Amino acid sequence: MTNTRIPDAVRPKQPAAPPAAAARPSARDRGARLLATLFLAPTIVGIVVFTVVPIVGSVVLSLFHWNVIDSPSFAGAANYREVFTDSTVLVSFRNTLVFMVFAVALQLLIALVLALAVNGRMPVWLRSVFRSAFFFPLVLSAASISVVMKYLFNQDFGVVNWLLGLVGVAPVPWLTSENAAMATVILVYVWQQFGFSFLLFVGGLNNIPKEIHEAASLDGATGLRKHLGVTLPLLSPTLLVASVVGIINALQVFEQPYVLTNGGPGDATRTAVMVIYESAFEQLRFGEASAVGVLLFVLIMAVTALQFRLSRRFVHYQ
Amino acid sequence: MSQATPSLSRTRHSLAPWARIVALAVCALLTLGPVLWTVSTSLRTPAEAFDLPPRIIPTDPSVEAYRGVFDQIDVWLLALNSTLVTALIAVGQMITAGLAGYAFARLEFRFKKPLFGLVLATMMVPLQVTIVPVFLVLKSMGLTDTLLALIIPAFPTAFGTFLMRQYFLGMPKDLGEAAMLDGCGPWRIFRSVYAPLAAPGLAIVGVLAFNYHWNEFFRPLILETSGQNYTLPLGLVSLQGNLGTGSISVVLAGVVLSMIPAVAVFVVGQRPLREGITSAGVNR
Repeated sequence: MTNTRIPDAVRPKQPAAPPAAAARPSARDRGARLLATLFLAPTIVGIVVFTVVPIVGSVVLSLFHWNVIDSPSFAGAANYREVFTDSTVLVSFRNTLVFMVFAVALQLLIALVLALAVNGRMPVWLRSVFRSAFFFPLVLSAASISVVMKYLFNQDFGVVNWLLGLVGVAPVPWLTSENAAMATVILVYVWQQFGFSFLLFVGGLNNIPKEIHEAASLDGATGLRKHLGVTLPLLSPTLLVASVVGIINALQVFEQPYVLTNGGPGDATRTAVMVIYESAFEQLRFGEASAVGVLLFVLIMAVTALQFRLSRRFVHYQ
Repeated sequence: MSQATPSLSRTRHSLAPWARIVALAVCALLTLGPVLWTVSTSLRTPAEAFDLPPRIIPTDPSVEAYRGVFDQIDVWLLALNSTLVTALIAVGQMITAGLAGYAFARLEFRFKKPLFGLVLATMMVPLQVTIVPVFLVLKSMGLTDTLLALIIPAFPTAFGTFLMRQYFLGMPKDLGEAAMLDGCGPWRIFRSVYAPLAAPGLAIVGVLAFNYHWNEFFRPLILETSGQNYTLPLGLVSLQGNLGTGSISVVLAGVVLSMIPAVAVFVVGQRPLREGITSAGVNR
């Protein structure tokens, strides 16, 4: 729709361009400004309507009680007070943080080790096979892959327990015990997501000049020492990006717990986003849902800001 | 000592690559294992689906499960919905990101910096935080439970805009200046000089959009309430619900069906996808 409107609106200007060439700067500047306005309009209007206004809307809504049917009534801080005393909400935030810490740590560790391994000497075709394999789960839908995983992790007939049985491990109640359920959700999430950090690391490693490694080898650094002392500091900007993105994504986890466990058993795998979904769209408590959303937003901003602050000490730019 | 060290390091060098490659192969197998299992189970008869050990090659391959999917849910309708939504979003994002990215990279206008800051800042705002008001905005427009509710809000893309700006910034300035000396106006410079060069960048935006929105679950779950507006991921999860303890093979056949376009994009668009992810590392 927009792409047809823009040429039409601009084309009438076109014949006027040659005469304007005499007064070059101002006419051209005006043309460029008009063009910029038209080019930016779809993006800026969209962002204002569907992001900026909703952020403000979330804050405002969080101060009201509203179930869509009756008219909203002012609640002040009541929703927040409720959120801070509701055990389900509190547990969901704790779960979200636990999930974030383990999922991000595991994801970065696996991705880093695999990226270093893939970066070693091997035939080119083999390297691209590995790269594609680790990247592949990223293109699949989290919801449908969680459906698959639900069968694989089934306690009685799942393939995972069958494999463990081969080495003499008793069946694990992956999805049905409070302790194991969160670990399973984390595993499934990491399985699908580590390829993202992996790609970032492979790119980051390729950007490290070869000479630096050669110099380190000449100085006698080998294997692990070389990686820890030389590669890691040089990779630290990439590590920062990977961990910032990893954390922001992890704090928004929804599909995996929703499909695998629906938040259970009990509240063991209920996450903040699941609470937003349930209180708004199942219980029609829009005010409370917005308060949880605002808190999640504050949490994400705080964690990200903290990370950038900490990173000043550890990130080395070349 | 001084003799032992080199020989030790030499053996390590000759052994390590093999050990490393074998370890990588095991990891790759673990990564692809669930997908292989899905495909093979979907080709088994429902009776064989529960068999352990799982046979990777079904003894008696059958497409019975696939027929089951078509009986249970209207796959064609779901696929049509998914295709429509995803394709329109991808094209829409290529247009909006291409235009806005060019404006930020090559045009002069007031409030350029704060506007670009606004775009970047929205990359940090999670969808879930804004979903309640977005739902209300769409409801007030009368769009809830229509496919447009999924499409329109997804047109602006902060990440795509950022990516296209970088892309246009990477193009030589002289091209535009030469065209300007030849008497081209700002629109002609964009249309005839820079836009054609932007195709690879736009492909990245399109492929990323396709992959993300084809698999999207959260927004459809909230915005689409009647079955005829479901997209594939939503239909699949409901398929699993319909069946309860029913046939695994049928559910997995549905999963395989929904994977096909994603895999196709992976095969065809692997490079743009990888470049998109690597170039700044933000897309979902």
